[in-house]
Amino acid sequence: MNIDLSSMPTSIDMIHLILTSFTLILLILLIKRPKQAASAPTETATSASNIEKAPTIEKTIVEQPPHLKEASPDAALQLLTLLQQDARFIDFVKEDLSTYSDADIGAAARVVHEGSKKTLDTYFTFEAVRSEEEETRISLPAGFNASEVRLTGNVIGVAPFNGTLIHKGWKVSKTKLPKIAKEHDTSIIAPAEVEL
Amino acid sequence: MSNEIRARYSVGIDLGTTHCVLSYLDQIKAAEDTSTDVEVSVLPIPQLTQPGVVDEKNQLPSFIYRAHESELNPSELTLPWHTESKALTGTIARQLGSKTPIRLVSSAKSWLCHGGIDRHEAFLPMGSPEEVTKISPLNATIEYLNHLRQAWDHKFPDNELSEQNVTITIPASFDPAARELTAEAANQLNLKHLTLLEEPQAAVYNWIKACGDDWRDQVTLGDIILVVDIGGGTCDLSLIAVSQDEGNLILNRVAVGDHILLGGDNMDLALAYRVKAKLAAEGKELQPWQIQAIVQACRDAKEQLLLENDINEVAIAIPNRGSKLLGSTLRTSLTRDEVNETLVEGFFPHVNIDEHPITTRRSALSQKGLPYAQDPAVSRHLAAFLSKQVDAANDVLGSTTINSARTQDETGSFIKPSAILFNGGVLKSPVLADRMLSIINQWLEDTNTSKARLLSDSDLDLGVAIGASYFGHIKQGKAVRIRGGLASTYYVGIESAMPAIPGMEPPIEALCIAPFGMEEGAEAKASETEFGLVVGEPVHFRFFGSNTRRHDEAGIQLDHWQDDELYELPELQVTLPSEGRRAGEVVPVHLVAKVSEIGTLKLEAIAANSTDNREEAERWQIELDVRD
Repeated sequence: MNIDLSSMPTSIDMIHLILTSFTLILLILLIKRPKQAASAPTETATSASNIEKAPTIEKTIVEQPPHLKEASPDAALQLLTLLQQDARFIDFVKEDLSTYSDADIGAAARVVHEGSKKTLDTYFTFEAVRSEEEETRISLPAGFNASEVRLTGNVIGVAPFNGTLIHKGWKVSKTKLPKIAKEHDTSIIAPAEVEL
Repeated sequence: MSNEIRARYSVGIDLGTTHCVLSYLDQIKAAEDTSTDVEVSVLPIPQLTQPGVVDEKNQLPSFIYRAHESELNPSELTLPWHTESKALTGTIARQLGSKTPIRLVSSAKSWLCHGGIDRHEAFLPMGSPEEVTKISPLNATIEYLNHLRQAWDHKFPDNELSEQNVTITIPASFDPAARELTAEAANQLNLKHLTLLEEPQAAVYNWIKACGDDWRDQVTLGDIILVVDIGGGTCDLSLIAVSQDEGNLILNRVAVGDHILLGGDNMDLALAYRVKAKLAAEGKELQPWQIQAIVQACRDAKEQLLLENDINEVAIAIPNRGSKLLGSTLRTSLTRDEVNETLVEGFFPHVNIDEHPITTRRSALSQKGLPYAQDPAVSRHLAAFLSKQVDAANDVLGSTTINSARTQDETGSFIKPSAILFNGGVLKSPVLADRMLSIINQWLEDTNTSKARLLSDSDLDLGVAIGASYFGHIKQGKAVRIRGGLASTYYVGIESAMPAIPGMEPPIEALCIAPFGMEEGAEAKASETEFGLVVGEPVHFRFFGSNTRRHDEAGIQLDHWQDDELYELPELQVTLPSEGRRAGEVVPVHLVAKVSEIGTLKLEAIAANSTDNREEAERWQIELDVRD
C-alpha cells in the first residue's frame, strides 16, 4: 500500500467525522473542568456569607482561625539600615570577636553604642513601664495589664499581687520612622561603596 | 483690625548659612483669642535623608548636591510632593557631599554677600570639575526657599505660602545687593507679602515674645542692648538703644557690625585639626575622609565638653570605612583642656578693648574665594565693633547719658552695652556664653561702668525664625517695633575734576545718596549733582557705604574721610534704553534712593530735564548687582 502522508484527504468520511466530534467533546470537557473546580470554593464562600447575614442562624458562623499579624519586613529592614548607617551595627555583629583584644572591641563598641543611642533617640521615645525603683516592693491591683507587667516565680493566689520589681520595663511611647519611597529596596541595608 | 490681616499665617524663614528654619503663627487664631500668648510653631520639613528615605526635621541643612546621572536611582528621590527641581537639598545633600565634596554646594549665603563676584553666575560648587553642573548663589537660595515653600504647601494646601505674610531674615551686615537678591529669590517663588528682617532684630523679637509684656520690666530708658549672634558660618553684631517716646519704651537699632565670616563651623574645624595634629604626633597620618569624620566627632564631643559638667575627656573613635570594624578603628580623645585652649582661648580670648583684629587689606573685588575672617578671635571683632560705634546711640539717647562718659584715654573709648542678648548655636554652650559675657564685663569694669546683664533667651537655634514670624504678626498692630531703617549711609563715587597725574588714580569724592536710618517707604531727596548717562550703554558708578557717618544728608559731597569710615561696595550700573533717543546721546540725571516696603534699597536715575508722556520725570532702575 502506498501511503502519502503529505497528501490531504479530499473528502471527510463517516469514521473521521465521528472521531473529530469525539475529540471536540473531549476538548470542551477538558477546558471546562478546571474552571468548575476553581469556582467551587467561591460558591461556598458566598453561601457562607449568606448564612452570616441570616440573623436566625447566627450561631452557626464558622470560627475564624486565630488572628496573627504579619510583621512587616520593611520596617525591620529600615531599622537595620538606620543602625548600620549610624552605628555600624551589622558590621559589628558580623565580626568574629575571638581574635581581637578587649581594647579593640571597646573602641568599636563606642562607635556602635554612640550611633545606636543616637538612632534610637531620634526615632523612638522610650519610657519605663514602671516608674518605681528596681528591687523595691510593689503591689499590682486586680486587672493589671498582663502585657505590661510579667509575673514570675511563685505565681499563686489572687490580686493584689505583691512582689519585687526586678526590671522596670521599657515601652516606646512614640515612634517616628522616616518614610520610604515606593521603589526603595529596603533589603539593601548598606550599599556597596566604590570610591573613584 | 481684621481687615488688616491679609493672610492667615505669619511665616518666618531663617535662611541660615548652614540651616534653614521655618516657623509660623496662625494670625486668625491669635486675633480670636487674645487672652493667651500667641503660639508660634516650627514646621517639620520633610527631606530626603538618604536615597529613598524621607524624614521630617526642624532644620533643613543649607546644602545642595549636584548628583551624577548614574549616581542615584531617580525613583528613590521621591519627596512627598511633586517637584520639577532636580536639586537635592537638605540632609541628603550634606550626607552625599561629605563623601563627594566636588558636587556639594555649601555656604551659598556667604557667596550671596560677596561683592567680588557676579552672584547670578552659575559657579557653585566652586572649583569643581567642568562636568559638574553649576548653580548660582541666587539659584541656590531659590532652591532652599523652594523646598521650604513646597513643604509648606504640602502641609497647608489651602493656604499657600505665596499668599502668607512671609518674613525672611538676613544678616544685619548684608549689603544692599545681597538684600535685593534675597528679595529677588522670594519674588521668583511668587511670595507676594514679603518683608526682610535683620537676624539680630529677629532675635530681639524672639526675646520679646518669650518675655511677653514683661520685657518692659527687663530694660529701661538708656539701656544699650548688644546682640551677639554667632551661627554656623557668620558672626553678626547689632546694638539696640532703648529710648522713650510719650512714656513708651522704644527700641532703636543704632548700629550693625561688619560681615564677619566666622562661626561654629570654624570652631569644629579648628578642633578637628587639633586632633589631627595630635594623631600626626603619634605617627598616624589621616586621609581626607578621616578628617571629615573627625570634624563630625569633634562637633559631638564639643557639645559635652562645653557643658558645665565633670566630663574631662571624650573618646573619639573613627571606624574604618570598610565592613571590618574591629582592629582598624582609629582611637583618640578630646580633652576639656584642649577644647578650652582651642575654642575658649582661640576664639574668645580675654583681650583689651583696644585690641582689634589684625587684617591685611585684601583686594576683595578681584578675589574669587570667600573672605573668611582672618582673625578667629570673636572678642577682638567685638572690641573693634564697640570701639568703632562709640557714638552710635548719641542721636537716640542724647549725649548726656552715661554712654558719652568717655574715658580719659581716647583710644580705649567704646560704646558700653548695659544688656546682652545672645543668639545662634555657638552660644548655646554655657562655657562660651559665660566667657563672652565675662569679656564684655571686664571691659566695662575697666572703665568703672556697671556690668551688663544677660537677657534670657529661649531656643538659640530656632529663635531667629520664631522671632521673624512673631515680627510679621505684630508689625501690623501697635505693638513694639524696633526702629531701624538703613544701617549704613550710602555714597556714589565721583571722580573729582583735576588734571590727570600719571601713575596716580584721580582722587574720588563721595556723594551721599541715602542717609543713615532711612526707613521703609522713604525716598531721599535727589541731589543737585548731575550725572551724564550715555544712552544704550551701561554706565558704572563706584558705590560706598559707611556705618559710622550717621549725619550725612543726601546730596552732601565728601572730599575726604577717614580710612575706615567708608568701605567700597560692588559698583552700580545703569543702562538707559535706547528707544526714543539717539544712541550715544548723553542724558543728564540725578540719583535718588528709596527704601522699599520689603526693606531693600532701590536706586534710581531720574532725568534732570526730560519728562515722560505723563509729564513725570523719567526714571531708570540702577542695578545693585552688576552682571558681567
